[in-house]
Amino acid sequence: MRPGTILSFGLVSLGAAMVLLPFVWMVSVSLKPHNEIFTPEVTLLPQQPTLANYWQALTETDIPLYLLNGVIVTGGILLLQLAITVPCAYALAHRRFPGRALLFGAVIAALLVPFHVTAIPIFLAFSQVGLLNTYAALILPFIATAFGLFLLRQAFAQIPAQLIDAARVDGMSEMGIAWRVAFPLGLPTVIAFSIFSVTAHWNDLFWPLVATTSPELATPPRGILFFRDEESGDDIGPLMAGATLITAPLIIGFLLAQRRFTQGLAGAGLKR
Amino acid sequence: MTPALRLEGVTKRFGDVVAVDDVTLDLFEGEFLALLGASGCGKSTTLRLFAGLEAATEGHVLLGGRDVSRDSASSRNVALMFQSYALYPHMSVYQNIAMPLRMRGLSVPQRFPGARMVSRPTRTALHEIDDKVRRVATMLRLDTLLSRRPGQLSGGQQQRVALARALVREPSAFFLDEPLSNLDTQLKADTRDEIRALHARTGYPFLLVTHDQADALSMADRVAVMIAGRIAQIGVPEEVFQRPQSRAVAEFIGLHRMNILDRGHASRLHQAGATLDLGVRPDDLIIGAEGPIAATVESLLYKGEETVVLLRDPDGFALRSILRGGQPRPAPGDQVRLSADISALHPFDRHGNRAELPS
Repeated sequence: MRPGTILSFGLVSLGAAMVLLPFVWMVSVSLKPHNEIFTPEVTLLPQQPTLANYWQALTETDIPLYLLNGVIVTGGILLLQLAITVPCAYALAHRRFPGRALLFGAVIAALLVPFHVTAIPIFLAFSQVGLLNTYAALILPFIATAFGLFLLRQAFAQIPAQLIDAARVDGMSEMGIAWRVAFPLGLPTVIAFSIFSVTAHWNDLFWPLVATTSPELATPPRGILFFRDEESGDDIGPLMAGATLITAPLIIGFLLAQRRFTQGLAGAGLKR
Repeated sequence: MTPALRLEGVTKRFGDVVAVDDVTLDLFEGEFLALLGASGCGKSTTLRLFAGLEAATEGHVLLGGRDVSRDSASSRNVALMFQSYALYPHMSVYQNIAMPLRMRGLSVPQRFPGARMVSRPTRTALHEIDDKVRRVATMLRLDTLLSRRPGQLSGGQQQRVALARALVREPSAFFLDEPLSNLDTQLKADTRDEIRALHARTGYPFLLVTHDQADALSMADRVAVMIAGRIAQIGVPEEVFQRPQSRAVAEFIGLHRMNILDRGHASRLHQAGATLDLGVRPDDLIIGAEGPIAATVESLLYKGEETVVLLRDPDGFALRSILRGGQPRPAPGDQVRLSADISALHPFDRHGNRAELPS
C-alpha cells in the first residue's frame, strides 16, 4: 500500500471511530451487569455480558409503548406523505395545467422554510381545534412534504412522456398511472425518501416535545427523556438498553433497504 | 363511404404556435395511410389529435361519423405504437400485452390480485384475456418470451411486444409513430414487410406517421404530405411522387432533392421555362455529350448502387444528377452537357402551384 492510501485509510478509520464510539459505548453499557457499570476503571467490553438490562427495559418500563408509538407515528406520517405526494408529484411532472410552474416554484420555496418557523402557528391552530396531545397532532403537520414532492417530481420527470401516453391509450386513469406506472418506476427514489422520512420522524424530539405532554403518546426520543427523568439517571444499564432498542430499527431498516438504493428500474425496456 | 376516423377543420395551437392548421383528413376502413413530413411539421400532433392524446383547439374529430372530440384516448379504442415502444419496464411481456384488455374488460375490484378465487365472472373474463394474449403472442412469435421483462429482450422483440399490445385490443384504428426510425437497414426491411402483412391480415385502418418517404411510399395505400401544419397533398404514392402539386411537395419528396430551374433561366430546357419554374429530378437529368445545358462537374458521391454527381452551370446554379450501376462516370472538372425528357419536367407557376406545359 502506498503511504497516501495508508494515511487516508487511517483518517477515515479515525473519523469512523469517533462517530461510532458513543454507539459502541451505548451497546457495551447495555450489556453490562449493574455492578460493572460504575467502576473506576474503563473497560470497553463487558466482563460478564448479560441481557438483564434489555429484559428490564422491555418489561419494567414503557419502552415497548414508546416503540409502538414510534411505529404508529412514523408509519402514519410516511403512508399519508406517500398517499399525497405520489399523485401530486406525478401531476407536477406529467400534466399540463395553468400555474404548474408557479406551483413547482412554491414547492421549492417551501423547501427553504425550516419546520421550526411554522411550528408555533401550527401549535396555536392545533390548540384552537383541540388536537394537541393526540396522534393526529404528531402526524398531521408532516403529511404535506415539499422535500418529498420535489424529490419524487424529479424522479417522475425522468419517465418518458411516451410511456405515460401509452398508459393513457391503454385506458389507465391519471390516478392509475400515478400508482401503477410512476410509483413502481420511481421506487428507488420512493425508498430513499422513505428512509429520510422515517429517520427524521423517528428521531424527532422537537415536535413531540411541543405538541404532546402525555407519556402515553411519547415517541422513542421523547420516551427516553421521560425514562431518564423518572430514574434520575442512576439506572444507566436499562436506559442504554432502551436507547439501543430505539436505534436498532433504523439501523436494521437501513441495512435491509440499502440495496434498493442502487436499483434503477426506469431505464429498462425503453429505447432511447 | 364514411371514414373510420376523420379530422374536420382541426387546428391545434400551443400558445402562439400553430402546430396543426385547419386540417381535414380522412382515414378510411381498411386503408393504410401514411402521414409524411419533415420533423416539426405537425404530423405527430396530428396523430395525437386522432388518438385523443391532444384536444383540438378548433374543429372536430369524428369516429365512424360520431363526434369524439372530447373523448379520451382509451374510449376511442385506438391502438398506438410508439417510436420508443413505451413498454412498461416493470411488467412482464404477458402483463404488458394484457394491460389494455385488463383496463377495458375488468372492473376495479376485479383487477385485485386474488379476485379470480372469489368471483366466477372474473375467472371467465381473465380466461378470455388469457386466450387473446396467447393468440396475439403466438401470431407475433412471442409465446416463449411471455415471462420476460422488456429489458431482457432485443430491440426487434421489444417492437413485436409493442405491436402485440396494440393489436390485442381489436382497435378501431392502428397508429404507428415512426415505427422504423431506430432500426438498422436489414431489420427495417423485415419490419416493413411485417407491418404490411399485419395490415393485410387484420384489415384495421392503419395510420403511419413518418419522416421517411421510402417508408411512406412503399407501405401506404395513400400518402398525405404535411408541410408547416397543413396537408400539402394527398394521394396514392405514385401520384404524389410523379405529379407533385406544389413546388414544396416536389422539393420534399424524392430521395435526392429535385433540381428546380427558376423561370427565365429554365427556358433552356423548354420554351415554357420563360414563364414557369421547371423541376427535374436528379434521376431524370441526363449527362451526355449532347444537351441544352452546359455544366461543370464539381464532385461525385459514390453510394454503391448509385453515384450522385454535383454540377454547376455557367451561371452558377448547382444541379444534381444520378448515375446508376456501370454508367461511365465523369471526373471532377469535366465539361458535360445535360438534358431532360419533356415528360420528366415539373412546371410550377409563380405561386409554387403545379402548372401544365403548353403542348
